[in-house]
Amino acid sequence: MHEMSVAVAVVDQVEAAARSRGAVGVESIRLDVGELAGVVADALAFCFELACAGTVVEGAELITRTVPGTARCEPCAETWAVGMPPKLLCPGCGAAAGELLSGRELQIREVRWADPDPAAVARHRQPITEES
Amino acid sequence: MCRAVDLQRAVLAKNEAAAQILRTELTARGTTVVNLLSSPGSGKTALLERELRLAVERGVSAAALTADLATENDAQRLARSGVPVKQVLTDGLCHLEADMVARHLHDWLPESTRLLFVENVGNLVCPAGYDLGESLRVVLASVTEGEDKPLKYPTAFGLAQLVIVTKTDMAEAAEFDEAAFLHNVQQVNPGVEVVLTSVRDGRGTGALLDRALAAAEGNRVHTPVMAQAGA
Repeated sequence: MHEMSVAVAVVDQVEAAARSRGAVGVESIRLDVGELAGVVADALAFCFELACAGTVVEGAELITRTVPGTARCEPCAETWAVGMPPKLLCPGCGAAAGELLSGRELQIREVRWADPDPAAVARHRQPITEES
Repeated sequence: MCRAVDLQRAVLAKNEAAAQILRTELTARGTTVVNLLSSPGSGKTALLERELRLAVERGVSAAALTADLATENDAQRLARSGVPVKQVLTDGLCHLEADMVARHLHDWLPESTRLLFVENVGNLVCPAGYDLGESLRVVLASVTEGEDKPLKYPTAFGLAQLVIVTKTDMAEAAEFDEAAFLHNVQQVNPGVEVVLTSVRDGRGTGALLDRALAAAEGNRVHTPVMAQAGA
C-alpha cells in the first residue's frame, strides 16, 4: 500500500514546516489528490492516522479534495473530463489529447497551524536586548 | 485562531529528487536504467532472462536488480545469464523507491554497466507512482490477464513509455482479444508502442533490449499524456 509512503511524506513535510515556524500543533491539512494520481483517499486517511502519531501533526484533520482529470485536444480545441479510467483520446476527433490539464495533482494545498498558547507566545517574544 | 499557509509542495518531492539525482549520476557514467512493471506472474523474469542472455551475446554490458518481498529465486534465475544480478528484498514493501535503488547499487554495479534493468515488485498499483531514475519505463501484461488490464490499472499503463504483451503463444487458449487490448492501451496512453512477445516461440524477444539501447543512445522516448503537468 503506497498510501503509507504518501502519508509519511505529508507528515514529514508538514512537520518540517511546523518546526521552522515554531508551531505547536496542526489543525488541518488540505490535500489535493488528482483523479489520476493513483492514490486512494480512504487508504490515505487510514495511513495518515498512523503516520502522524507522536508528531506535531498528531490530531490534525486531513481533508482531501479530488481534482477531476481534464484534457484538451490541440487540433479541435475540445476540452473534456477524462473520467476514470481516463479517456485520453479526443471525443470529438479521436486524436490523442494534446495536453492533460489536471488530474495528476498530489499536493499539500493548505495547512492550518494551531496557535501556540499565549503564555508560550509571551515567552517567545521576550525583547531581544543584544541586537544591533 | 489559526492561519493558512499554502505550501504547494509535491508530496512525493523527496522521491522525485532522489530519482533525479540517481538519473543524473548514472547517465553521467553511461548507465541507463530500465524500470519493468507488471503484475505477479506476467512473465517479467522469463522475458528479462531472455534479454540478458541476448545482451551477453551482443556484447552489451547489462545488469539486473530484481525486487521481491521474499526469496532470491529471481536473482538465481537471472544470474544464469552471466550478467551481474542483485536481489532486493523489500521486507513486505510493495514497490521500490529511488533511494532503495541507489542504496543497492553501491559496491555492486560495475562502472562499465550500460543498461541496468530494474525488475520492480510484481504489482501494478504502487510501483506506478515512483520514479526510480529510469530512462525507460516498461509495463508488461500477459495474454492471460484480460484485455481490460490497461483500464483497470490506468496509472501503470498510462505512464509507460513502452508496453509489452507476454505469452502470446497462449493467446488463442486464453481467448485474448488483441484488438481490444490495443484499443484500451491507446485510450489511457495514446501513441505508446506495444510489442507482442513470446519467450516460448521467440516472437518479439529482443525488442526490450533494442528499445533499451535506443533509450541509452538518447533516442526520443514516448512521453505519455499522463506524464504531463497537472501535478
